[in-house]
Amino acid sequence: MASKAQRKPLTLQLALVAFLIVWLIAAAFPFLWTLWGSFKVELDFFSINDWTNALTGDRTEQTYGRPFTGAGYYGAWIQEEFWRATINTFIVCFFVVCTSLTIGTLGAYALSRSGHNYVFWLLIIALIFRAMPPITLVSGYLPVFFDWNIWGYLPTAIIALVAINQPFTLWMLHSFFMKIPKDLDESAKVDGCTQFQAFWHVIIPVMWPGVITTGLFSFLLAYNDFAVTALVLSESNRTMIPEIAAFLGTTQTEGNVMFAVAAVVSATVPLFILVMFFQRQIVSGLTAGAVKG
Amino acid sequence: MKHKTFFWFFLPTAAAMLVFIFAPIVSVVMQSVFLPHEAVLVEVENCGPFGCTTETAIDQEATDRLRDASPLGRFSGLELYFDRSNLASAEVAEIWRTTESWGAFGSELYDLPFYRAMAFTLTYTFTVTPLLIALGFFIAVAVNSVTRQIRGFLIFFSLLPMIVTPLVGSLILFWMIDARGVLGNLISYLANDPGLSLKASTPLMWISLIVYGIWSSAPFAFVVFYAGLQTVPQDTLESAQIDGATRAQQIRYVIVPHLMPLITFVALIQLMDNFRVFEPIVGFNAEAHARSLSWKIFNDLTGETQQLSAAATTSVLTILCVALLLSPVLVRTWRDFRGKA
Amino acid sequence: MFLRNTVAAAALVVSAGAAFAGCGITDGRVSIVGNEFPAIQTVGANAVACAGDSVEVTTNLTADHQSINLPGMQGDPAEYTSAIIANSSIVALMNNDVIRPLDDLIAKHGGDLKKNQIITIGGNAMAVAFMANAQHLVYRSDLLEAAGLEVPTTYEEMLSAAKVLREKGLSENPVGGAYKAGWNLAQEFNNMFLGMGGSHFKAGSAEPSVNSEAGVKALEMMKALSEYMNPDFLTHDSNATNAEYRAGNVALMNMWGSRAATLVTAEGVPQDVVDGFAIAGPMTVGGGDTPASTLWWDGWTVAKNISDEDAEATFLAMMNGIRPEMIQDDDVATQAVWLIDGYEPTPAAVGVYAAAQSGTIPYPMLPYMGLMHTALGAELTDFMQGNETAEQALADVEAAYVASAKENGFLQ
Repeated sequence: MASKAQRKPLTLQLALVAFLIVWLIAAAFPFLWTLWGSFKVELDFFSINDWTNALTGDRTEQTYGRPFTGAGYYGAWIQEEFWRATINTFIVCFFVVCTSLTIGTLGAYALSRSGHNYVFWLLIIALIFRAMPPITLVSGYLPVFFDWNIWGYLPTAIIALVAINQPFTLWMLHSFFMKIPKDLDESAKVDGCTQFQAFWHVIIPVMWPGVITTGLFSFLLAYNDFAVTALVLSESNRTMIPEIAAFLGTTQTEGNVMFAVAAVVSATVPLFILVMFFQRQIVSGLTAGAVKG
Repeated sequence: MKHKTFFWFFLPTAAAMLVFIFAPIVSVVMQSVFLPHEAVLVEVENCGPFGCTTETAIDQEATDRLRDASPLGRFSGLELYFDRSNLASAEVAEIWRTTESWGAFGSELYDLPFYRAMAFTLTYTFTVTPLLIALGFFIAVAVNSVTRQIRGFLIFFSLLPMIVTPLVGSLILFWMIDARGVLGNLISYLANDPGLSLKASTPLMWISLIVYGIWSSAPFAFVVFYAGLQTVPQDTLESAQIDGATRAQQIRYVIVPHLMPLITFVALIQLMDNFRVFEPIVGFNAEAHARSLSWKIFNDLTGETQQLSAAATTSVLTILCVALLLSPVLVRTWRDFRGKA
Repeated sequence: MFLRNTVAAAALVVSAGAAFAGCGITDGRVSIVGNEFPAIQTVGANAVACAGDSVEVTTNLTADHQSINLPGMQGDPAEYTSAIIANSSIVALMNNDVIRPLDDLIAKHGGDLKKNQIITIGGNAMAVAFMANAQHLVYRSDLLEAAGLEVPTTYEEMLSAAKVLREKGLSENPVGGAYKAGWNLAQEFNNMFLGMGGSHFKAGSAEPSVNSEAGVKALEMMKALSEYMNPDFLTHDSNATNAEYRAGNVALMNMWGSRAATLVTAEGVPQDVVDGFAIAGPMTVGGGDTPASTLWWDGWTVAKNISDEDAEATFLAMMNGIRPEMIQDDDVATQAVWLIDGYEPTPAAVGVYAAAQSGTIPYPMLPYMGLMHTALGAELTDFMQGNETAEQALADVEAAYVASAKENGFLQ
C-alpha cells in the first residue's frame, strides 16, 4: 500500500490528509472537550456567560483556587460508589457476550449450512423482530417479570439483552459463516466427524476473528444499553448507563451533571482499552466474513 | 444439513427470540386490537393537605364487573389504527375535502401526530442513511491510503462517536451547539449572525439532528468498509491500473462492486436503526421541532397515565413500515440467496 | 441521587438514638418503590432501619419508579408493598386498583399523623402525605432594586418588570421558565390556566374544556412571557432554567420549591447571584385571586395484593420513615417542605408555604388528568412557535385528548 500511496498525485494526497484531519477533529473533539471539562465545575462546563470559561476554568478557580478539580470524579466514584455500577456492567457485558456468541454461532452456522428455503425466511423473521422498538418490548416484559419474581436481577437483564440482540448477532455471524468454504466441514464429516464436531473442531478455529468482531458489537450494545437496564434492574443492581442517567436529576429535583460527565469519561476508558486491544481483530474479523455477503 | 440437525443447532437462539421478542409482539398486537374497559366514573370527595375538593374517580366494583365479563378488554378491531393518534383516516379525509392546495393539505396533515412523526422519521432515515454510508466509505478509503503505522491511531479515534453512550453524547453536543456553546459560537461567527440559535428554529434543529445521526453512525459503516477494503483482490486492481483506469474508475468499477454485499448489510441495519430514531430527539430536547415514531411510543408509555394501546398500535405500525422500507433490500437478498443455493 | 449516601448516613444517625427493635414489627416483608430525591432517600433509609431478624425491608428508589410501580404492584402477592407517589401519580395506582384503604391501620398505628397528612379519596384514606411542593417566584432582589422595581405579585407585573429590566440593559432575557416541550410546557399551561380561572374538564365528566377563553388568555400570557426568555425556551427544562439563573442571566422565574434550597449552593455561583437570591409566593394572573400555580404532595401508599400482616409491617415501617423526630436534624429539615408534625419552615420553604396559604389549587387527582397533560405537552408547541393560533392549538389538544380518553375508556 505504501508504494501505491507514493504514486498518488500531490493534490490528491493533500486532499486525503485534509479530509482525514477534518474527520478526526469532528470525531474526537467533543470527547476531548468533555475530558477537559470533566475537571471543571458545572458553571464552567456549561459556560453560559462566556464560552471561553470552559477553557480557562474561571469559576473553578474561584471555587477551588486552581483551574482544575477532581470533584466530579471524587463525587461519582467515592461518594456515589460508581464502582458498583461498573462491576454490574462488566458482569452483564461478560455474560451477554458469552451467551449471545454461543447460541448465535450455533444458530448462524446452521443457517449458513442449510440450503432450504426456510433459512431465508428465518433470517427475514429475525430481521423483522429487530424492528420492534426496544421500549415496547421492555414494557411488555415488566408485568411478566414481576409475576415470575425475576424482576430486578442481573441474569434477567442479561437474558433479555441477549435475546434482543440475537437478530443482529445472527445476521452478522451468518455472513461470516457464508464466507467459510463448505468443503471444510464436508471433508471433516467424511472423515467421520458429526456435524457438531465439524463445527467445533474445524469451523470455530477458522471463525475466531469473526466471532471476536461480533462479540465486540454485542459488547457495545450491552454496554450502551439504557432501555432494558433502566427498567429491568433494581437500584442496587444498576449498571453504568442508568446510574449516569440518575446523576442527571429530574424536573423537580436537582441532579449533579458533573458527576455524570466524570462518569461518562470514566465509562469510556475501558472501551478505549478494549478497542485498542481488539482493533486488529475487528478488522481481520470483518475481513474474514461479510465480504462476499 | 438435515432438518433435525438444523433444529438442534438453531433451537437455543430460536427459543430466546420466541420468548423475548415474538411473545411480546403477539401481546402488543393483542393490545392494539383490544381497548381497555370503559371506566365507570363516580364523583367523590378527595381530601388532602390542601383541603377537600370534589373530583371524579373510577368506580372499581362496577369496572371490575365489566372486566370479568370480557377479560381481554373491548374488542375494537382496527379502530385504533385509524383513529387520530395513528393513521387518522377520518381527519385525513376531512382535510382532503376542505383544503384546496397541496401546501395547505401538507401543513394540515403535519398537524396530526402520526404524520408529523412520519415526516421527520422519513426525512431523517433517507438523508442520514446514504450520507453516513458515503462518509463511512470515504473515511475507509482515506484511512486505507495512509501508512500502516498510524492506522491504528486513526481507527481508534474514528470509533469514538460510536462508543460514547448516546444518552450523554447527545447531551454534550446539545450544549456545544447552544448559541453560547463552543460550536454555537463558531457557527454564528461563520454565519455572521450573532443572534443565530440552532435550537429555536425547526429547520436548523432538523439539520442538527441529521448531522448528529451521520456523525454517530458513520464509524459503524467505516469499520465494516475498512475491513472490506483489506480483501479487495490486488490483481484485479492492478490489471485495472494497467488498462489505464483512473482512480475514480477503479473505485467505481472495482472497489464498489467488491464492497456491494457490505453496503447492503450496512444499509439494512442503518435503515432500520434510523427509522427507529429516538435517543437524539430526547438528548437534544427537540420534541418541539422533531418527533419520530419511536418518540411517540415513548411519550405514550411514559406519561402520568400509560397509554398501552396507543403505544402498541404505533409499535405495530413501526414494524410494518420497517418491513415495507426494507423490502427492496430483502428482494435483493432473496435473489442472492437463490443464486447461491 | 447524588446526595444518597450522606443523606442515608444522616438519617441513620438520627434514627440510631431511637432504634427500637423492629419499630414494633414482629415479622413481615416491606418493599418500597419511589423516586430518588434526597427527601425520599431519607424516608427510605428510616424505613429500612426497621429491618430485623424476621423483618425484611428493602427499597428501590429510582427516577423510573413510575414505569415500575404499577406492574410491580399488580402481581399477587405484589413485589412492592409500598409505593411513594405524588398527587399526579397516585392516579395510575387508583385507576388500576392496586392500593388499599388505610383507615383501619391509621386508627391502630397512626397516632403521630396530622389530619392534613391523610389523603382521602371518596371517604377512604388511600395515602399518607409527608412533603409538599409548588412552583413559585424566584427572583434577583439586587437587579429589581437596581431597576427600581417592586417584587411582582402578578404575571402582568412580571411582564412589565421584564420590559424594564431589558430596556435598562440589566438583563437581556430576564424571564426564566421551564417551557420545554412535553411535561414541563403542559405544567406551565396548567398553572396559567388555573390562575385564569379555567377548569380542564366539564364538571363531573371527562369532557375537555381547555378550548375556552381562559385557555386562550393563558396561552397569550405564556407567549408574551416567552418574548423575554432565552430564544431556546422550548428546549429548557428546569435544569436548564436553573443554570441560566445561576449564571446570572435570569432575574425572574417560576421555579419548583423543591429546588429552591439548592439553587445557589452549587459550586462557582457568582457572589452577586448568591446575594440577590430571593423567593416569593406564586403570582396571580388576569386579575384572578387564585395563584397561577399548583400544589403537590408526596406520600406513601400500601399495596392491595399483599397479606394483612405485610400491610401492617409496611405501614409501621413507613410510619417510622416519617417519624417527627427525624426533622430535628438540620440537613433533613432543609431537604423538603415537610408536612410532618413539628416542622418549622426553613427560609427556602417560604414560597411553598405562601402557595399553600394563598389558596393555590392542588394538581387535579383525576383519572384522566394524565392524558390531558400528555396532550397539552405535545400540542401546544405549535402555538408557542407561532405556527398556529391559540384556538387551533387548543382545538388540537382537545382532539388529541378525546382520542386517548376514548382509547382508555373514559369517553364513549
